[in-house]
Amino acid sequence: MSNQIAPKRPLSPHLQVYRLPLTALMSITHRLTGAALALGMLIVAGFFLAAATSEEYYDMLMRAADTVGGKAILCLWSAALYYHMCNGIRHMFWDTGMFLEKDQANRTNYAVLMVAFMLVAGTWVYAYYVN
Amino acid sequence: MAGKKTKSKYIAPLKKAKGLGSAHEGVDHWMAQKITAIINAPIILWFVFSMINNIGKSHAEFTAWVAHPIHTILLLVMVSSVLYHAKLGAQVITEDYVSRKCLKLFKLIAQKIFFFVLGVACVYSILKIAFMAGI
Repeated sequence: MSNQIAPKRPLSPHLQVYRLPLTALMSITHRLTGAALALGMLIVAGFFLAAATSEEYYDMLMRAADTVGGKAILCLWSAALYYHMCNGIRHMFWDTGMFLEKDQANRTNYAVLMVAFMLVAGTWVYAYYVN
Repeated sequence: MAGKKTKSKYIAPLKKAKGLGSAHEGVDHWMAQKITAIINAPIILWFVFSMINNIGKSHAEFTAWVAHPIHTILLLVMVSSVLYHAKLGAQVITEDYVSRKCLKLFKLIAQKIFFFVLGVACVYSILKIAFMAGI
């Protein structure tokens, strides 16, 4: 009997049955952006290597950055960077024991998102203002 | 006291023989991640700001900027700190999500090599620019 019923029962409250709360979504996003930024260091290394190799390679990369695709990548990159930075600062507060209550975690979610968004916007406004 | 006695009663010496349990290096890992994070935040902001100001600049202008001693040092600190931070983070992700022991070990070693090579490439390039442009 129990053998026939058992497979149909849910295992236990599991990742798939929950709609992830914002706090959980932001936690996994922190990891995803971290992994993406780590891979982004390939581009940074490539950039320094290009500049160290020749003027042509440097110019090639600078032209690539100025295309729509290049700007799109840089835009996503800056968003990942500022998000990871802001959420990382929140992690530092958490390490001291601050903001660990549920409502504080919920409120600081929005603080992190807002500051990160403002930094992205500020960076791109500055980039267009300088040029 | 009582806790210690119960512990030794239930945990067999096999645990030590198999190397299970805490490796007693978690704090070092955590601390290194925090220290590199503290370095990363301001230095990356400086780098992003500098790269925006570099838009439209020629190769000669960029290399001259890199060759300024303070900039060279800050760039070297940046790539070291960021790559070390990335290595620590990637390690945690692999430890958490890759459960097959053999694959986990392979990924951990591959990641170490990846970030080490990336670091060497960055440091070499920055130093080459610094010394070539300086002359």
